[in-house]
Amino acid sequence: MSTASTLTTPPAWRLPLLVLAAGAVSFFALPDQLGLVTRIAIMALLVLSLDLVVGIAGLATLGQAAMFGAGAYGAGLFALHLHGDPLLGLMVGCAAGALLAFLTGAFVLRYQGFTFLMLTVAVSQIAASLVQRGRDWTGGDDGLTGYTVAPLLGQFNFDLEGRTAAIYSVAVLAGACWLARRIVNSPFGLAVRGIHENRARMAALGTPVFLRLLGMYTLAGGLAGAAGALAAQTQGVVGLDSLSFGLSAELLVMLVLGGAGRLHGALIGALVFTLLHHTAASINPYHWLFVVGGVLMAVVLVPPEKAWSWLRARLGRPQAGRQVTGRPEAGPQDAERAAEVPR
Amino acid sequence: MTLLLNIALDGVAYGMVLFIIAVGMSVTLGLMRFVNLSHGAFAMCGGYAAALMVREAGFSFWLALPLAVLATGLAGAVIEALVLRHLYRRSELDQVLFTIGLSFVLIASANALAGPQVQLIALPPLLAQPVDLGWRTLPAQRLFVIAVGLAVAAAAAWTVAYTRFGVWLRAAVDHPDTAATLGIPIRLVQCASFAAGAALAGLGGVLGAELMPLEPYYALKYLVLVLVVVAVGGMGSISGSLLAALALGTVETASKYLLSGWGSLPFFLAMALLLAWRPQGLLRR
Repeated sequence: MSTASTLTTPPAWRLPLLVLAAGAVSFFALPDQLGLVTRIAIMALLVLSLDLVVGIAGLATLGQAAMFGAGAYGAGLFALHLHGDPLLGLMVGCAAGALLAFLTGAFVLRYQGFTFLMLTVAVSQIAASLVQRGRDWTGGDDGLTGYTVAPLLGQFNFDLEGRTAAIYSVAVLAGACWLARRIVNSPFGLAVRGIHENRARMAALGTPVFLRLLGMYTLAGGLAGAAGALAAQTQGVVGLDSLSFGLSAELLVMLVLGGAGRLHGALIGALVFTLLHHTAASINPYHWLFVVGGVLMAVVLVPPEKAWSWLRARLGRPQAGRQVTGRPEAGPQDAERAAEVPR
Repeated sequence: MTLLLNIALDGVAYGMVLFIIAVGMSVTLGLMRFVNLSHGAFAMCGGYAAALMVREAGFSFWLALPLAVLATGLAGAVIEALVLRHLYRRSELDQVLFTIGLSFVLIASANALAGPQVQLIALPPLLAQPVDLGWRTLPAQRLFVIAVGLAVAAAAAWTVAYTRFGVWLRAAVDHPDTAATLGIPIRLVQCASFAAGAALAGLGGVLGAELMPLEPYYALKYLVLVLVVVAVGGMGSISGSLLAALALGTVETASKYLLSGWGSLPFFLAMALLLAWRPQGLLRR
């Protein structure tokens, strides 16, 4: 993921603006698919949080679902027992995810590589077992239901068509994109990216490696918790599958599909994967595995960058106007990029 | 006392199944540095092949078992030779992505071929009956699994330590370029090791069908367990895998008997503690 090292990053407002624009377009173009839009926004937020851990900090994890589940159950329990306000619930979910990430990160971040990966799996599996065991609180296998979410800002009810839910989730996603970009561009984010590139050198430079990674892990946990809270509030039910190994694996697949370490890749991966899943699953619940499995293998055998440059080489001639935006032609592109790096 | 004996017997049998499946993955992951998340799918292939042969073709169990193992090994060899060898030098994320995709396709194929229901492998009469040891009767199937597990462990350790192939394998792992220069057929070694691992996974899938029910999502469901065994045992260590599989298998079985409400919590707690104690695995090569 050497792309994480590019120091010239786009301004923080660009990605959220694109997200809002895409949300607005889909809101008016697909009024009967708002549930899907909500789902994509939630998945995108979750994959974005995963990108902070995997793409930016370079920690391969299969346990991000634990933080998502913590946020979902936190927000659901908050709405059930204390207060139905969605924004307060969002805060609670965010805090729950961040807290779990902080507590478990303090343990698992002491290890690296495969050991770390397996410990994150253990964390999410232990969390799932605890939730299943705490049937009186969490509903166990039946899931947590029966809570009502109050109108957003005291005015907008969560209607059946899912309009409020869609706008709400897209808005939260846009905010999270802004936040994530600011984090990545901050000195703190630079330090974390430095640790990704070379842990030993950053430690030698005096960076407190463990604390920086713990900070990033906690922040990402908070975002994942927010995604969980969104899911709990917009779906009205929290199931055990929100903590499952399968979800964590799918998230990683989405991230790699879109490209790790670039934030917008997380959004693209979540969008493509969720759309693919949705279309294939509506045909036959098992066919979607054929399609998704095939796409995954194809992506590895023919990486997207290669496919794009091939396409650009094919279609590049008539589109000379694209050079205005600073994108060189397909052929010499790689050579130019290679020449840029050392400077 | 009977309870303890049951726990010990079932736990060891479960651990042996985990070991038989995990040892191939431990070798590919630890020695060849290839993250093969489709390993669970190979175990499923073996189990399905045996189930279909016994049920549809009417083969006897004793014929279906070696045939299924052979078929899985062959499938592993073909996939390795065609595709996977190109991925050895790619990033881990690429390997993860590809092998998960492969698992998805195999899950979908299993479902398309045999439907979503659980596949049962009818046991031959010899294994279905209990064995009378004079002072106690024990299920023959469990004893058979334990015996096969021990045989696999001994054969694998002997192959790696004492045969020409084992020498080649260790040389190919330690320094592939030098080994190739010395005339060791690297490609053959890699392909054969991978195929052997796949075949063993298939064997584990057949033997473990009683303990780990064969259904399409088998490939992902038990993948976690196999990964845990590999991590706790130490990547690439055969004896470590055996030790980890036995320990974790016993923990899992004991918790099923004694703490039935807690799900897999004791299993993963034990794993976390063992990994915290020895991050590189119990016995790292």
